[in-house]
Amino acid sequence: MTTKARMGAIGVLVAASLIMAVPAVAKDSVTIAVPAFLSGPAAGPFGVPARNGAEMVIDAINAGKLPAPYDSKGFAGATVTADYIDESGGNTKQVAEYRNLVQKREVDAIIGYISSGSCAALAPVVEELKTLTVFAVCGTPRVFEDGPREYIFRTMSHATADNVAAAHYVKDMFPGVKTYTGINQNYAWGQDSWRDFELAMKVLMPGAKQSDKVQFPKIFAGQYGSEISALSLDDAELVHSSFWDGDLEGFIFQAAPRGLFTKKKVIFTVGGTAAYRLGKKMPDGLILGARGPYGILVRDRKTALNEWFIQTYFDRYGTYPSGPAYQYGQAVLATKIAYDKAAAAAGGFPSKEQVIASFKGLEFESFSTNVKMALAGGHQALTENVYGLTKWNADAAEPGVTDVKFYPAECIMPPDGVTSVDWIEKGMPGAKC
Amino acid sequence: METAITILLDGLVFSSYLFLVSVGLTIIFGVMKILNVAHGSLYAWGAYTSAYLIGVWSEAGFGDAGTFLMIAVAALVVGCVLGFVLERGLIQFMYARDEVIVVLATFATFLILEDVILLVFGVDPYFAYQPMAYLGSAELGGILRDVYSLTLIGLAAVVGIVLWVGLTQTRWGKLLAAVIHDRELSVAMGIDVTKVYVLTFMLGAVLGALGGAYVAPMVSVAPGFGVEVIVLSFAVVVIGGMGSIPGAAIGALVVGIARAIAVHKLPEVELFVVYGVMAVVLVFRPEGLFAPASARKI
Repeated sequence: MTTKARMGAIGVLVAASLIMAVPAVAKDSVTIAVPAFLSGPAAGPFGVPARNGAEMVIDAINAGKLPAPYDSKGFAGATVTADYIDESGGNTKQVAEYRNLVQKREVDAIIGYISSGSCAALAPVVEELKTLTVFAVCGTPRVFEDGPREYIFRTMSHATADNVAAAHYVKDMFPGVKTYTGINQNYAWGQDSWRDFELAMKVLMPGAKQSDKVQFPKIFAGQYGSEISALSLDDAELVHSSFWDGDLEGFIFQAAPRGLFTKKKVIFTVGGTAAYRLGKKMPDGLILGARGPYGILVRDRKTALNEWFIQTYFDRYGTYPSGPAYQYGQAVLATKIAYDKAAAAAGGFPSKEQVIASFKGLEFESFSTNVKMALAGGHQALTENVYGLTKWNADAAEPGVTDVKFYPAECIMPPDGVTSVDWIEKGMPGAKC
Repeated sequence: METAITILLDGLVFSSYLFLVSVGLTIIFGVMKILNVAHGSLYAWGAYTSAYLIGVWSEAGFGDAGTFLMIAVAALVVGCVLGFVLERGLIQFMYARDEVIVVLATFATFLILEDVILLVFGVDPYFAYQPMAYLGSAELGGILRDVYSLTLIGLAAVVGIVLWVGLTQTRWGKLLAAVIHDRELSVAMGIDVTKVYVLTFMLGAVLGALGGAYVAPMVSVAPGFGVEVIVLSFAVVVIGGMGSIPGAAIGALVVGIARAIAVHKLPEVELFVVYGVMAVVLVFRPEGLFAPASARKI
């Protein structure tokens, strides 16, 4: 090797080592994609509030106007540019769109997804394309149970929490229930939800008997006349449902005049999204969940972050925020915290790997609850859950809830490394209620 | 006994719904040999317009009884306007084309009309509960039923009878039969085939819109509303025989009753039962139960 060539090689090595040693240079902007249902039956109840929640929090982050301690500007100082994507169209379309976002549009992160179907289909693709992806709402436990994930985070509890908490609420509030049945949509979300509720009821209320006529209509079926008849004729005293989107509201409209809600106790694990939208048409006495401490169930929670969230959302969109608005806002906030923490540790704008490292095991106060990224190696969040009974507030002329009960995360979610089914079937060992 | 009555009523209500949404499709195919995938959009437009007009009517403080008028107005306006525009703007250029081209063109129209719905009505679902609330509930077969959904049975029966009488007992019906039998000969005999086609397409469109307009008070009218109905309508029409009105009625009845039995007795197979029935029928009668005999041309 000549002296010239040797010096050139040394130069390359020095430059390479400098690149590796020094944190990435400051970035002006971070580009994220925010997928949510912007068309189809899930748009009104889920997609639009979800998008609004994300948009409101992103705007506040860029302006440095989130309440303390999150009042620094941007993600690690970089302005966030968001691209809002429609999640409707099926799993194949979502996979193609995801590839497009990562490979052609080169987004830095993707924050969103509502449907369990989307998340289950995307999980292996995310790992293949190695892009930071924060699942905001989708609930199927299978995302982390089907294999280890490095690039995926989910910032709210999964469906097991909703359904174990639902069984706890039934046991606490209606211990006399002797029989129960269910109506759930016939796909991953509905099947997982019913499975977890049924298993939890066997553990918590072993004396209660399950109906053999559990209903599984097609998602977006729209008409439930026969199912409502079958539920009415069933001896079961309690009906469990994880219906969401337009199906939830359609079912309530069709079942109310047929007296189902006066004849049976009905628990809606995602019913919170319908409360503000149906207003006075929401029957009293429904057992209402919101997939965690969000929306109408935390309306009276007096923390600075929650009061800011409710007031800012109301001022901007003219309605109170429902669960999806909180859940998308929470996912954006978690990502900001991970970027900021990684930047502080790195002494400059962080790399993707540094953001992921700081995201793992993150614990933070969100808008309406505390979040611990404690499961699946620090990728899956733990949050408390809550249920209440619907009651029209005649004085304020708005929907309300009574008999609200909170359940700590450690009571309703399996410990790290244990699948939901195994944990519930073994009697939920280690649950701290 | 209570269960049997309930299954029968549930089956009849669902059959009536299926008949209303599929009869327009089968009429258009029977006369014009057009497989109109955009039929789902006519249904959705009928539902949206009905829900919107019912809302406007109620907010204006008029009585709930008048909301039924809004349903009729929505079906007629949507069916006549969209039916005329679609036939003159698109379908008339498709008559000489291959069936696959027609399906693709009407599918494209369906997608466009779905997006126009989003532009016009937004993404928030519409609720039009007033007609249902007005008719109240009644106990039948040991359970409470909303009277509104039971009226679907009457509406489907009236539509079926009017169509049957219109097609078999009137001059217009005879003209239609002639056009179905032989288009060229009908032209030669002085029948204004273009007019027959336009009116038939508008009639089919009104029936599709009527299905949506009448169902709107029972459901949450949301984007994507027309997608599900296309699949069900095709299943019913295929079972009954493409182009046959009695076939649509029998197909709807078979599917509706089979589905009700499944929901009450074996809920696990409910998702499969519609297509299971269709598969069985097609195995034994590939042309459907009541496919009209086709004339052999020499």
